[in-house]
Formats: sequence, structure tokens, C-alpha cells
Amino acid sequence: MADLSVNICGIDFKNPIIPASGVFGYGREYEEFYSLSELGGIATKGTTRTKRTGNSAPRIAETPAGMLNSVGLQNPGIDYFIQHELPNLMTKNTVILANIAGSTPEECAEVARKLDATDVHMIELNISCPNVKQGGAAFGTSCQMAEQVTAAVRKAAKKPLIVKLSPNVTSITEIAKSVEAAGADAVSLINTLLGMRIDIHTRRPVLRNNVGGLSGAGIFPVAVRMVWQTANAVNIPVIGMGGVTSGEDAIELMMAGASAVQVGMAVFTDPYAPVKIIRQMNDFLDENKISSVREIIGTVQPW
Amino acid sequence: MKYLQGEYPIIHKQALAKDVYSFVILCPEIAQLACPGQFVHILPKGFGLRRPISIAGIDKQAGTLRIVFIIKRQGTQTIAGLNQGDYLDMIGPLGHGFTLLPEAQHVILVGGGIGVPPMLPLAAYYGEKATAVSGFRTFQQVILQEDLETCKARTICCTEDGSAGAVKGFVTTPLEQLLSEGADAVFACGPIPMLKAVAEVCMRNQTYCEVSLEERMACGVGACLGCACKIKKDHQEEFLHVCKNGPVFKAEEVCW
Repeated sequence: MADLSVNICGIDFKNPIIPASGVFGYGREYEEFYSLSELGGIATKGTTRTKRTGNSAPRIAETPAGMLNSVGLQNPGIDYFIQHELPNLMTKNTVILANIAGSTPEECAEVARKLDATDVHMIELNISCPNVKQGGAAFGTSCQMAEQVTAAVRKAAKKPLIVKLSPNVTSITEIAKSVEAAGADAVSLINTLLGMRIDIHTRRPVLRNNVGGLSGAGIFPVAVRMVWQTANAVNIPVIGMGGVTSGEDAIELMMAGASAVQVGMAVFTDPYAPVKIIRQMNDFLDENKISSVREIIGTVQPW
Repeated sequence: MKYLQGEYPIIHKQALAKDVYSFVILCPEIAQLACPGQFVHILPKGFGLRRPISIAGIDKQAGTLRIVFIIKRQGTQTIAGLNQGDYLDMIGPLGHGFTLLPEAQHVILVGGGIGVPPMLPLAAYYGEKATAVSGFRTFQQVILQEDLETCKARTICCTEDGSAGAVKGFVTTPLEQLLSEGADAVFACGPIPMLKAVAEVCMRNQTYCEVSLEERMACGVGACLGCACKIKKDHQEEFLHVCKNGPVFKAEEVCW
């Protein structure tokens, strides 16, 4: 049995696997399948200052080796989250990463300030949602905006701050360096890639929002590349995600430089994916006589 | 609510019409919990997303569920390629089903096309208190009429071209007639234009109506918020979710 524990920004994770924000709600549904304490952590559904209703349906389209989504940050708002969801999550013996989003730096800061007064372990600031008109990806695709919103949230909260980055940029390393300079304690990447499908019979986009975020196994190589580039560009921890479906994928992302790994679409294919991935990581480490998962972080030897 | 996931064997497969298949699946734990109107979430091998398919029969004693589905694209094509003895990767039972009214004297079950299968468990529950109105485009698509009769439900089959059944035209014609004779409730599943028309007829006749909706779905359990449908509650419209809040909703609350 290998040691799977990792430490990110002073927070201990029993293992590096975290269901990604948006696929896992606030944990209640998946608790009907297995104990949430098996997970390294949970990134909760992106939550905003006030309730958001989200986009019209269809919000989902399947793609080869992946899917598009345009949920549009539907959530009950931060006050509801803190009052009705967070207390339950805090009893689950796993690290809680509260994912937040907003239309303006001030809105993000206000949400972060409210969370700072709770027991939540970490804040994950989403500057990369492709499915909302204001904020979202607009923050994540400009160094200046990314820096501004990160600085505002940094000022509002002392909790460890992870900034979740968009892959829809020319240089992910420039954005990563900007948020590091603005006070981020870690970065997580990649959010979804912007995509589109058209129904050729109706000539209408499949998604009601026309475009949406691409996730799933098909984007994994992009994730590996961006995690590797980012880990080499910043001095803060990188949490990797994007199309991870197996323990081998998670090991690969950690070798690229990730200190922990989030699992997204794989949860839809198999609700047990996160716990299976943890088991498979342990098997890989045991078979290769590696005593701790920490030993593999960033150990890729580039040509 | 408890969700179960596993691989369950297909113990009977039957072709009912062009591209329409019936599977009986041995899954005692899921069958034990299943209610009319709920669905199972099936993973076609090699795909990333599951396919929600309504439950068309529940046999708690035998520990089996029946599903009847139509091939739409590659995912359902892959599922249809499975045979007796093969295993299905399935989550279930999922969703909020139809309200069961033990006191009801007469209920009307309205199914359109591949919306007929979820009417079967209701027919089994209500028996001779049920009238099942089924609508199809043409005779080649007619399914499950004998199964509904086996449940002792009275059946009225409609085809748009009049090539089969007693009624030429839409389900709403016999529905109007039946409602004028009195009914406690109407339960419906089928294409949106049909459901909308059924809801309007019921509203006009002040008869309680529930409809089963469909939407592109990912998680199936209420976590991802993908399968949104607009529902009006307390004069406020909001996006609820077909997988968890539905698939069955009160017709009067659906924002068509």
C-alpha cells in the first residue's frame, strides 16, 4: 500500500484525487454510491453571489471521446451554499474546495469574503467558465483581468486560494504567472475547451447556447501539455485536470507536474471513477515499488 | 434515495418493430426499488455518456426490469446490438416517477411512439381502471398493445395515417371523448407537441395530468445540472432537472 497523501498549500489530502467542480454538485448525489471520505477532496459546483438559473436546454452534447456542456453556472448562490450545503460537506472527512465565480472582481471578492468566515479548506476561483456572458472566461483570457480578479479575491480571503485557468488562451504560462504574482497559492487547469456542434438536419447548434465547454478523454493530451508548461513556469502548486479517466492518466498528469488531480466527465461514465482511479494509482505505485505518490510529481524527463 | 450501479444480464431480447427492441434484464436490487415512470441509465460500451431509458416493466418477484427503446444514433445502436446473455452497465432506478393513486376509479394513459413503454408499469398498477391511448405515425410503428391488454387496460390505438387502430389521427381526439366521460388523472409520455396538446386538453377539462419529459442528460443523478427543463412553481419559472426532479412533472407546471 503506497502513501497516496499529498499536501497543497498546507492542506493535507489523503490522496490526490478530487472530483472536479460542476460534475459532483455538492456531493449529495454521489454519496448514494460511496463514502465521500474515500476522496482526496471535492471541488464543489461553481457558486456565485446570488442564485443563477443557468442556460436553456440542451446543455449537453456528446462528442467523440468527450462532451460539450453549457450549464451556465446554475447554482443557488453563496448564502444558500454556506447555510445548507457546506455544513454537511464539512462532516465528510475530505478536503472541500469551494469553487466560486462572478461577473466582476468585486462580486468574486464578496463571495470569497463570505467563505473566509467558514470552515471550508480552500477556495477555487473560476476565471475560466466558457458558458457565461460576463466574467468567466473573460477574466481568464487576459493577464490583466486575471491579475485584477485574483488580487481582489486575495485581499478578501486568507484561505488558500486556487485559481482555475482557461485553456482557451495563446499562452497559459503568462496567465499562470499573472495570477501567481497577484497572490494565488495554487493554480488548477485545464477548464473546458470552447467547442461547438451543429445538427446538420436542422442547421441549428446542438447546444442552446450555441457554444460550450469540451471535456472528456479527448482533451487529456492538451491537459498534460498545459500542466507541464505551467508547472515549469510557476513556483506554486499545480492541480491538473482535463480528460482523466484512469489511474494511469492521473499518474501521467502528476509526472507532468500536477500535485493533485481532478476528475470530471469520467464521473458521468462511471460514478465510481474517482475511487477506481485512487485504487489504480496505488496499484501502479506498488507495482513500481514507489513508496509515495509525491515522488512522481514533475518527474517527466523531457527529450 | 439509493442509487445502484452494476452489470446486469439481458435474459430476453425481442424486436418489436423497426429499430425498436425490448430487453428483460435480471437486476433484483434495482427491480426491488423501481417505480413506474423511473428510468435506468445505460452505458453503451465505448461511449462516455450513458443513455437514459424508461422502465417498461417491473417484476419484483422475478427480479427483472423490462426496457423498450428505439435506435436513435450510435449509442442506442450499440445497446441494441447486445443479445441475451450479454451484460448491461446500468445505474438505476433513477428519477421521480408517476404518482400512484390507489383511490382512482379511472385513469388515462397517453403514450406517443416510444413514449408508450413507460405506460406499461402504470397499466400493470391500474389494470382495468386504466384506458391506454397510444399514438403512432403508421401501422409499422405500433407496439405494446397486447401487453397493455394483458394488464387488463382498455386500449385505444391511433395512427396518423389510419393504417392501424380504431382512430385515424392524434391521441387528443379519443382523449377529449374520454375526459368528457370523466377521469381521475391522465399520465402521458411522448413527443413534446403531443404532451403539450395533452396538457392543454386536460387543463380545459380540469383533469389532473402528469407528463414524462426527456432531455439530453449526462450524470443522470442530479449533480451536473445538464438536463434542464423550465418549470413554473409558485408563479416563478426555474430550471429543474429531468433526471432528478423528473422525468415526471405535473403538466400544469411545465413551461412549454
